Amino acid sequence: MSKALERIYNGLIKENPTFVLTLGMCPTLAVTTSAINGAGMGLSTMVVLVLSNVFISMLRRVIPDKVRIPAFIVIIASFVTIVQLLLQGYVPSLYESLGIYIPLIVVNCIILGRAEAYAYSNPVIPSLFDGLGMGLGFTVALTLIGACRELLGAGQLFGFQILGADNVFYQNASLRPLAMFLGEYTNISIFIMAPGAFFVLAFIIAAMNRIRRSAAKKGKQIAPASDCTGCMGKNCAECAGGSKEGASDQKQEERISKDSGSAADEETASKDGGSAADEETASKDSGSDAKPEEAAKNGEGESAT
Amino acid sequence: MSDLMKVSSNPHVRSKATTSNIMLCVIIALLPAAGFGVWHFGFRALMHIAITVASCVFFELLYELMMKKKVTVQDLSAVVTGLLLAMNLPVSAPWWIGIVGGAFAIIIVKMLFGGLGQNFMNPALGARCFLLISFASVMTNFDYDTVSGPTPLAQLRAGGLETNTVLDMIFGNTQGTIGETSMVALVIGACFLILMGIIDLRIPGSYIISFVAFLVLFGENHLDMGYISAQVAGGGLMLGAFFMATDYVTRPITKKGQYVYGIFLGVMTGIFRLFGASPEGVSYAIILGNLLVPLIEKITMPKPFGRGGERA
Repeated sequence: MSKALERIYNGLIKENPTFVLTLGMCPTLAVTTSAINGAGMGLSTMVVLVLSNVFISMLRRVIPDKVRIPAFIVIIASFVTIVQLLLQGYVPSLYESLGIYIPLIVVNCIILGRAEAYAYSNPVIPSLFDGLGMGLGFTVALTLIGACRELLGAGQLFGFQILGADNVFYQNASLRPLAMFLGEYTNISIFIMAPGAFFVLAFIIAAMNRIRRSAAKKGKQIAPASDCTGCMGKNCAECAGGSKEGASDQKQEERISKDSGSAADEETASKDGGSAADEETASKDSGSDAKPEEAAKNGEGESAT
Repeated sequence: MSDLMKVSSNPHVRSKATTSNIMLCVIIALLPAAGFGVWHFGFRALMHIAITVASCVFFELLYELMMKKKVTVQDLSAVVTGLLLAMNLPVSAPWWIGIVGGAFAIIIVKMLFGGLGQNFMNPALGARCFLLISFASVMTNFDYDTVSGPTPLAQLRAGGLETNTVLDMIFGNTQGTIGETSMVALVIGACFLILMGIIDLRIPGSYIISFVAFLVLFGENHLDMGYISAQVAGGGLMLGAFFMATDYVTRPITKKGQYVYGIFLGVMTGIFRLFGASPEGVSYAIILGNLLVPLIEKITMPKPFGRGGERA
């Protein structure tokens, strides 16, 4: 059971897909105009992530290495279609506001990334909890961003008017002074437009880094240090790969991404020095992630085609 | 900063051109237009200027103290930012607008990118565009003294000047933001800056000339002098061309680049004013120009003497 908890903690905090790994930025920036939209997107992604992780983990001995990316995509796309039809049927308003971003879950690099990095080389139960943890992390992040943007940009929170004229506090006579005070607020409408997403995301990541750094000073490591100063003075390939094979690993990964275009997102993300280091540390922690040698082997198989 | 300091061998010339001296000159040059704004719009304009300047200085101080950085408030650049931002506000705006704008200008546009010299965009204009997008109705409401009416540019767009003449626009007896109305006061300030050697005519000249050329080519009235002079005198063109496009940090450093930059600004302002959704476009044009500055510098970097050159 500790394994399951560890996976959930990992997804929620240590390797939060949005704030630490900065994966899946497209839905993060585009649909978080309100807390409801953010939560809806996060939950849909989580459902797909859990189901696809479980299925890929079950089929990991059946899927041949050479066609694993297309196989992942087929599995993920099936679940996305199910989620899409369910949303359309039961919550049409959410379906309308999320729009194209529901079908785009197929190419969300968090899902493909977890399939490749975890589910493909781990048993079913840990994969399930890995999907759950990552999905929860994504949901919490999107809801948080959505709530900040909605509150600042429209004065609302989950659809309730908190700030500005006609806020909910007017309904209670004893809260009238508070209502009058909050009623003075003028919506900063840039926050529900595209630039607002970048502002909010940047500030949340900055705050997270700050907390993590001060925790690291006290000797408590919440998450692997992902700041780039760690690379200074060290060989950069060594830092990114975490091993001597790092450099060759990376080249092979590039070749893979050329072979299968849809994996490009995930590969680019893991090439980014910080997040690659994260993955590496994580695999050491859990001890059962894909080993670098294995990845290299996969790469050779791919490049031989 | 160390990689920016390339000290050559002696002899060195001592110059009085410190940041605070230059900023002081810019403040003095802005005073006629700001003073005219206060005289024209009344006490409320002075309140906006005071709040915005105080807010810019306060947030710079606050950020530097919180981040334990060297306090650079005394270089007066925050005062200039605040003054420019206030001159870009409509007088009817609520009192807190200067505080929000000042915080955005200083913290987000300037300090987060590394402070003075590192910002990629003019802080005052960045904040003005932020306010314009966020509080569109507040920022485009130019009513004052219970007289409501469109700005001269809005009138021009609707068909022609009705309540104002071109002479009104040149002296500044029109609607508009606090500092932009009086062309005369702005040009007096600009002349002072040019005489002091702080700015030159490369950017403002190429900006205004290319803007006029654009109007002649694409405007409805082509060579109608009244229309063209109204467009030049109206809106923020003078304030933008002389005081904001020439900002040391966000303009190209190469001479050729400055002409390219000025022409780009003129064309973009023309496009925004003639074909855009709102009658004014100077601030968006300058911000877009700011973003292109690294590119402009890259393609106009002069070759060092003796290096490269033409091949026979």
